[in-house]
Amino acid sequence: MDLAYGPKYEAFREEVRAFLTKHKDQAPKGLGAAGRPSPEACSWQQLLIQHGYAARTIPKDYGGYGAMPDILESRIIAEEFSAARVPAALQNQGISMLVPTLLELGTEEQKKKWVKPTLRGEVVWCQGYSEPGSGSDLASLQTKATEDGDDFVINGQKIWTSTAHEADMIFCLVRTEPDKPKHEGISYLIFSMKTPGIEVRPLTTMTGHAEFNEVFFTDVRVPKTQIVGQRGQGWLVANATLKYERGMLGDPAAMETRFQALVDLMREETVDGQRAIDNPIFRDRLVRLQAELAAMKFNGLRQLTCASRGEDPGLARLIVKLQSCELTHQISALAIDVMGEFGVLYDDSPYLRSHGSWQWGYMFQLGLIIGGGTAQIQKNIISERGLGMPREPKLAK
Amino acid sequence: MEFALSEEQRLLQDSVRRFLEQNAPLDKVRLAAGDTHTVQRSLWAGASELGIPGMLIPEDFGGMGLGFLDAAIVYEMIGRHVAPLPFLGTAVMAPLALMLAGSEAQQEKWLPKIAAGEIVAGVAVTEKIGIREDAGVKARKGTLTGKSLFVIDWAEADFYIVADSDHGLHLVLPDAKGLSRRALNTIDRTRSVGELVFDQVAAEPLPRSSADAVARMIDAGRVMLAADTLGAGQMMLEKAVAYAGERKQFGRVIGSFQAVKHLCAEMAAALEPSRSLVWYAAHALDEVPGDARLMACHAKSHLSEVGRFVARTATEVHGGMGFTDLLGLHYWFKRIGLDRQLLGGPELVRLEAARLQGWAA
Ligand SMILES: Cc1cc2nc3c(=O)[nH]c(=O)nc-3n(C[C@H](O)[C@H](O)[C@H](O)COP(=O)(O)OP(=O)(O)OC[C@H]3O[C@@H](n4cnc5c(N)ncnc54)[C@H](O)[C@@H]3O)c2cc1C
Ligand SMILES: Cc1cc2nc3c(=O)[nH]c(=O)nc-3n(C[C@H](O)[C@H](O)[C@H](O)COP(=O)(O)OP(=O)(O)OC[C@H]3O[C@@H](n4cnc5c(N)ncnc54)[C@H](O)[C@@H]3O)c2cc1C
Repeated sequence: MDLAYGPKYEAFREEVRAFLTKHKDQAPKGLGAAGRPSPEACSWQQLLIQHGYAARTIPKDYGGYGAMPDILESRIIAEEFSAARVPAALQNQGISMLVPTLLELGTEEQKKKWVKPTLRGEVVWCQGYSEPGSGSDLASLQTKATEDGDDFVINGQKIWTSTAHEADMIFCLVRTEPDKPKHEGISYLIFSMKTPGIEVRPLTTMTGHAEFNEVFFTDVRVPKTQIVGQRGQGWLVANATLKYERGMLGDPAAMETRFQALVDLMREETVDGQRAIDNPIFRDRLVRLQAELAAMKFNGLRQLTCASRGEDPGLARLIVKLQSCELTHQISALAIDVMGEFGVLYDDSPYLRSHGSWQWGYMFQLGLIIGGGTAQIQKNIISERGLGMPREPKLAK
Repeated sequence: MEFALSEEQRLLQDSVRRFLEQNAPLDKVRLAAGDTHTVQRSLWAGASELGIPGMLIPEDFGGMGLGFLDAAIVYEMIGRHVAPLPFLGTAVMAPLALMLAGSEAQQEKWLPKIAAGEIVAGVAVTEKIGIREDAGVKARKGTLTGKSLFVIDWAEADFYIVADSDHGLHLVLPDAKGLSRRALNTIDRTRSVGELVFDQVAAEPLPRSSADAVARMIDAGRVMLAADTLGAGQMMLEKAVAYAGERKQFGRVIGSFQAVKHLCAEMAAALEPSRSLVWYAAHALDEVPGDARLMACHAKSHLSEVGRFVARTATEVHGGMGFTDLLGLHYWFKRIGLDRQLLGGPELVRLEAARLQGWAA
């Protein structure tokens, strides 16, 4: 155990702090997790890349900052941004899922073309995986792509496709080999959302916003060169992407920021003149969450150390999506309870606190518990892969 | 930066595990449980060959001079094997009291004997955390009067470290005049706790006593209890998974029922981050003073909650067998039960954590 940062890193921390002091005011105020980033958010992201606080370890050739991977530096950046309550690097499905997938499995041309504008927030991606009949059982997907000359021709439907209505591009799973067993007949394609034959219908969610969509494909032509990985190996590529998605959902720095906001809220909200933080029951819940958060934070450090040694963190990694999404949701739940009736105000109601972000979060985060592999699917994974318990029977072929 | 056990620590943990597998199997635990308030001398002597009693004691006094993380991973193993060893008071809290607050003469007299595994030291600090039954000890002119409950490593102690109501620490001999002792039988028969009643008992003050020294003993004790629960909980999970892989009902192993798998997954999901928290809390005791107290609180309270969940859930997975004495699973259940209440239950400890952060008066 050696958590000492040492003089080199302390100097780095000073650099980050100096940057934050100097540029803090340029940071965008609200920062939607998904969707098209505002112009301010894009310039902020570009400033961060320029200084190495976003896309830090992505090669310069692909539009990153080109630093050597160093978990300590990344951690210091996360810590300092969180402490300063300044939005850190942009996170969206393109940056967190597509970029690492392309870097791992894409062709040189694909990397050159897509990584840079994606990192800069200029190209927005959506993830076309789920279908009406294929959610948890993703590998059963039916959207098909048939060969026609140099193109694939896509027909079918996706659903729950986040940000499809704003996206420029989609990374999409399609069935290219209908006769093969379900895991072996899938390919991973990337194409423009402006391609003729694509229709996007927004789906309103429980938050009242249309955070995701149905996407229909009718004879959509996509050049064969726009495949990532080999034909029929899309399942492997998709799994690479899912790995990154689960990493994105379990970011302890983001939870830390929400927790700090909760502490602030509990210092401000009063009932009968008593601050919420002085209410023993609320306070007990708060400290309980703080302990869970600490455990997740150190679990993250442990995983980072494993990663830097090339060891498999095993269960320490498998539990992250389940535990983090639940914890995030519980943080919002406490905020709602602390506000009482104010906690169910919505839209632009008078007395609305924090622009309704807690209410929105409480609902949206339930979506995160479901999306990207539901809690139950996570438990299957933990028990089967982590604990070696018997696998679920394979019902479909 | 490295957030992991060192190679030496892994070896230490392995050797303690092997020692306990060989020397403290369940039938030995059962025998010892019939005799809670008797120290298992041969087991403790065996442990001292591995250096366990003197882990935290400086080498000058015959110890190993190791850190709290080392102690925590050892207590984790002891909890894993529900081993009847006087580790918490004798190897952690009493030496710590002597090192922080004792005179040189006191240190020279007692620390080498502890390190050699020759003696047992009890620790009476419960009333620093919460007073019940009008307990509490007053110091006056070199004597102690009052009582202390839930004295750790109470049985056959060669001396007791006693905290008075005023941040003083004292060393009391078991045969001191005016001292009466009663065993307290808890659900956990693998560790001894008891009561000390003082009627003007002559006591040797530890001359460098301070509120801070007492608090640090408690912090360390809490982290150790969290580690004990971690080890015991991990073993219960492993036993549940193994049992579920063998037990058949409805023509299938019960581990193939998703309801059972999900219970196991939930236990693993709760335990895994807890391990990281215990490591950090133990590490912070040595290396991150600013974080140590808060993290000791978090480790203690969080592991109490996780421990309770795991203890009941693993028992449920064992069905009716889990409820019987045949498998002995209840030793782990009870061990976790005592860990939760000693040195402050989770609600109390969380209140302290809130106070530390200025969130409560
Ligand atoms: C907010 C949000 C954003 C999303 N964004 C995207 C996106 O951008 N792109 C995309 O492709 N998809 C997206 N999704 C879809 C998401 O991946 C699916 O909703 C998810 O995988 C679950 O599939 P389903 O909705 O079909 O539920 P189902 O699979 O029908 O599950 C319904 C219930 O049955 C349970 N269940 C199913 N199978 C099992 C099993 N084997 N064992 C135990 N229980 C089981 C589930 O846990 C769940 O409780 C998003 C979803 C949400 C909520
Ligand atoms: C206090 C007590 C008193 C009792 N008194 C009596 C009595 O007077 N007379 C008598 O005849 N019996 C009695 N029993 C036995 C009791 O009925 C059984 O223990 C109980 O039915 C469970 O069976 P089991 O112990 O074999 O557990 P198992 O059936 O082996 O179950 C082990 C675990 O697997 C789970 N499991 C099993 N099958 C499934 C499934 N299909 N789906 C999901 N999960 C499953 C269980 O929920 C449990 O968690 C008593 C038990 C106890 C604890």
